[in-house]
Parts: sequence; C-alpha cells; structure tokens
Amino acid sequence: MITLDGITKTFGGYRALDNIDLEVKDGEFLALLGPSGSGKTTLLRIIAGLAFPDAGTVAFDGEDVTGLKVADRKVGFVFQHYALFKHMTVADNVGFGLSVRKRGQRPPKAQIRARAEELLELVQLGGLGNRYPAQLSGGQRQRVALARALAVEPQLLLLDEPFGALDAKVRKTLRRWLRDLHKQMGLTSIFVTHDQEEALELADRVVVMDHGVIEQIGTPEQVYMEPATAFVSDFVGETNHLPGGIHVRPHEFRIVEDGGQPVIVESIFRKGGVWRIEGSLASHAEVVELDLDATLAPPSPGDTIRIVPRRLKTFPQSGATSHDQA
Amino acid sequence: MNTLSILRARHLLIAAALAFIALFLVLPLAAVFMAALEKGLEAYAAALVEPDALAAIRLTLLVAAISVPLNIVFGIVAAWSIAKFDFPGKSLLVTFIDLPFSVSPVVAGLIYVLMFGAQGWFGPWLAEHDIQIIFAVPGIVLATVFVTFPFVARELIPLMSEQGRDDEEAALSLGASGLQTFLRVTLPNIRWGLLYGVLLCNARAMGEFGAVSVVSGHLRGLTNTMPLHVEILYNEYNFVAAFAVASLLALLALVTLVLKSIVEWRFAYHRRSAGH
Ligand SMILES: Nc1ncnc2c1ncn2[C@@H]1O[C@H](COP(=O)(O)OP(=O)(O)OP(=O)(O)O)[C@@H](O)[C@H]1O
Ligand SMILES: [Mg+2]
Repeated sequence: MITLDGITKTFGGYRALDNIDLEVKDGEFLALLGPSGSGKTTLLRIIAGLAFPDAGTVAFDGEDVTGLKVADRKVGFVFQHYALFKHMTVADNVGFGLSVRKRGQRPPKAQIRARAEELLELVQLGGLGNRYPAQLSGGQRQRVALARALAVEPQLLLLDEPFGALDAKVRKTLRRWLRDLHKQMGLTSIFVTHDQEEALELADRVVVMDHGVIEQIGTPEQVYMEPATAFVSDFVGETNHLPGGIHVRPHEFRIVEDGGQPVIVESIFRKGGVWRIEGSLASHAEVVELDLDATLAPPSPGDTIRIVPRRLKTFPQSGATSHDQA
Repeated sequence: MNTLSILRARHLLIAAALAFIALFLVLPLAAVFMAALEKGLEAYAAALVEPDALAAIRLTLLVAAISVPLNIVFGIVAAWSIAKFDFPGKSLLVTFIDLPFSVSPVVAGLIYVLMFGAQGWFGPWLAEHDIQIIFAVPGIVLATVFVTFPFVARELIPLMSEQGRDDEEAALSLGASGLQTFLRVTLPNIRWGLLYGVLLCNARAMGEFGAVSVVSGHLRGLTNTMPLHVEILYNEYNFVAAFAVASLLALLALVTLVLKSIVEWRFAYHRRSAGH
C-alpha cells in the first residue's frame, strides 16, 4: 500500500501540489486525472523518488520512503516521451536494469538477453530485440519502455501519460491491452492522464486533480455520476451549465410533449450511437447540448423541442458541495 | 522578379562566395605549401627534422595532449551542471565560459604572467619552492587551457539542454548508479557533439599563438611551440623552413576540417534517426 500524507511542493513560490493525501491499495490501477499544469506529473515524480516534496511523507507498506532515491524504491517509471536509450538495441534497452546490477546480483549476459526476449514477448514485440528505437513506431516504443520498466520487477508501476503521444486508434488498442496486462500481472499501477475517457475506461479508481489539490477520489462510476465539485462535473464527461449552478449531462435530458423547457434546435448530427442536438434555451439564450436515441426520428434545425432533465446536480457557484436531485 | 533573374542572382551570389573563398582561403593555403616546397623536397624535409623543429613539434603535441583532456573533463562537467541543474549563479558561469572567446589571447597570456611571473602574485612563493611556470611548459599549458576552454563546453551545453534529463532519470529509475548512468547513457548521447568540440579544441590548442607567445619566453628547443617556431624562422628570413613548419599546421587544419565534416555528417544522421 502506498500512503501519501500532506504532500506539498512549490516551485519558486508557485504551489504545484498543496497538501495531498492519498492511499493506493495493493494491486490497484489508479488514474491521476487533471488538466495541464494541475500537478499530476509532479505528484507521480514524488511517488517515484525523482522529485522530493517540501513537506509531507511518502510511505510504501507503512515504511517511510520520503528521503529514498528512485533507485532504492523499486518502482518502474514509464516516461511520456519513452526516454528509450537511442544508441542501444531494443533488447539492450529492456535488459538495461538487469545489466547495471552489482556484480553479485547481476545475471549472466545470456540470461539477461533471455529475460529481455521474454518481456518483449509479453508486450507483443517478440523478435524485434535487435532493432533500434528509431526503427519502431510510437506505440511500439511505448511498449518497449514498459517492458524495460517491468524488467527490474518493480513493486509499483508509474506511467506518465502513457499514450499521450499516440494517435487515437493506437491509443485505444494499447489502452485495452494495458488493462488486460494489469489484470494479468496484478501490479499496483498509477498512471497520469488528462484524458477523462482514458481514466474512466482503465482505472479502478480515479483521482481528479486541479491546481495542485485533489478535487475528488472515487471509482469511475462515482466521479462521473456523483461529481463532488463543479470542476469534476465539468472536467469528467460533458456537462451543460444551466442558470443557477445547475449541471446536466447531455444524455440526461428527456424530450416531452408538454411542459419542460423549450429549446430551439440549431444543429443536429450523429455522434456514435446517438443524435447530438445543439440548441438554445428560449428563456435564457444558453447553449445546450443533448443526446437523443438514434433509433428515434430526429427533429430538424429550427424546430422547438421541450426538454426536462432526468437527473441534475446543482453546485453552489462558489462552493464545493453538491445537492443531488435525481 | 521572374525565375530567370532569381536564378541568375543565385548564380552570381554563389560565384561571389566561391571567389571570396578562393582568394582569401584557398590561395593563401596553397601559397604556404608552394613556399615550403620552393627549394625542393629535400630542403622541406630537412627543415622538419632539424632538432629545434622537432622539439617544437614535440612540445606542441605535449601541450595538446595535456590541455585537450583537461578541457574535455572541464567541458563535460560545466556543460552537465549548466544543462541539467538549476543553481544560483548559473548565468554567471555561462558568461565565464565565454570569457576566453571575448578576451584577446594576449591578455590571457598576461593574466598568467601577472599571477605566476617573477614579479607576479605567486612569483616569490614559486621561486622559493623552485617551481617555474612562466617561460616554461606549465605556463604554456595553462595559457592553452584558458584559450581553448569554451570549445567543448559550448558544443555540449545546447546539446545537453535539448536532450533534457529523461534518459538519465530513466537509467536511475532502473537502478543504475551515477557513474553507470554517465558512461552508458549520457556519454553515448553526446558523443558526436563531444568529438566535434574536441576536434576544434585540439586544432586551437596546437595553433594558439598569442597567449602562448606571452608566457613562453621563446627559448629555442625548450619553450617554442610550432606557431612560435614558425615566427622565429620567419623573422630570421628562413622562409623555406618557416613555411615547411607552417605547412604542418596547415595540414593539421585540413585534417581537422575533413574529420569535422565526417563528424558533422554522422552527427546530423544520428540526430535525424533519433527523432521522436
Ligand atoms: N521543474 C519545475 N520548475 C518550475 N515549475 C515547475 C517544474 N515542474 C513543474 N512545474 C510547474 O508545476 C505545475 C505542475 O506541473 P506538472 O508538470 O506536475 O503538471 P501536469 O499536471 O503534469 O501537466 P501536463 O498535463 O501539462 O503534463 C505547473 O504549473 C508547472 O509549470
Ligand atoms: Mg505532466
């Protein structure tokens, strides 16, 4: 178990992390989710021992490791830009962690090579050991970086935006693959992302961060359905802001014959399995987005439809608590 | 402008550049070899194997052999700390690294005379302990190190800054020690830039005149490097010998240029293939 207690980090007066408390359970797959600059990487680096907090403690299984360097923490770190060693073959990259061990603990060369091949098999890159990183695609490089981190048998795997530099299709494939790999290995893992879809799809629990503080910790279901703050409601999934601090997600509207709010349809297009309607509230000139079952006949632009929220949340404009009115 | 006149302008510019290079670089270089061989190969060879010339060549090689490795170490340490760490006084350090470029070599030589000369700050102490720096090999090495200091560091700072800390951090996170990280990750990452800097540093170390001239004392066969030896021969109207030794320096320049082009080509290739 990993326990963070009151972690604070400032950079020249700027508070990048402010009093962070967090517990990560063994075998858990945890996402750090937040917008750019919210402190995700900084927190991950502090957990790894690549950076050190100004205040607070990091403990692994109850043992204080705050002052311990990265080499002594038994963590695997996967960098956003892979950080593969360009002058080494893929196999040498993967075997690096074993080859730098002290003489007594260092396996013989052939064994390192065999272990590297094994790990490359695991990340589905069997047979590419003799290539150089420059001869691989982005997704392949990312998997080499992962294999390299796993080679030292870490207790904890840390991934900084593991799919950040990849295109949407590759991201999706790798994402699913990483989730399966995690299931198979059961290694405690923390990954950083600013993509809420990625966090919701992969993680057992999601930590939503903003401006160096944790806004909410919960299962994907909880942060999506029960956002603790207006920020979370906004950042995780799409949300319509209605007057009075009311937040309604696009799929949480229902079209009714009478009553409800009149909305003038401005545009309509197919978005996956639903019709996405963009319109304006007649009463407030607010733009609303709503989804309509694609099996129903869609309205046309210019039509007026009447909607009621099936579910809504109100957030006091300046507070952090929410009132459920489902 | 139509394409034709653009084309013509381009040819004109290229021709002007080539003519300039021929007039100011190639022609003088050729003249050196021509003057050296004026009295035939025998006179040329004799000028090179004459004891004072051999002593000058030996001293030049010795000075380069000491000052280049020193500057490799200093250059890497300075570039490393500047590129990879933030510390107070960093910009001051960068300025100091450039100092030898901006100060006249003669001044650089005088600084050492002021410090270590008989009338200098440490002069009496050195005399007491029977240590000779000025008008001796140590002074020449010091002056050369000073003058050539920026070459390696200047080459490495931008390279190391651009590469960032990720590779090193990755190595450390995989359990490598600081030394292992340096030898197996940092050094291979900078090798072409380093080689390039070393070549330039070496060329300057062997060719330096001004600073060395001040501290050397011009003792024939003892403290004369090749450039100083050339000057003495020239002042004695021994043109064939002067140009013979000079041709060796010119040859060094040509070899450096060729090696430099090879390194540059490898360096560019390395960078291209390393693109993310
Ligand atoms: N070494 C540093 N020196 C100064 N400021 C820093 C440093 N590292 C991070 N910061 C600042 O701390 C804040 C948090 O940075 P961090 O890299 O943790 O954000 P992030 O959530 O990972 O963002 P992104 O999604 O863009 O990677 C930012 O405002 C950043 O400018
Ligand atoms: Mg980041």
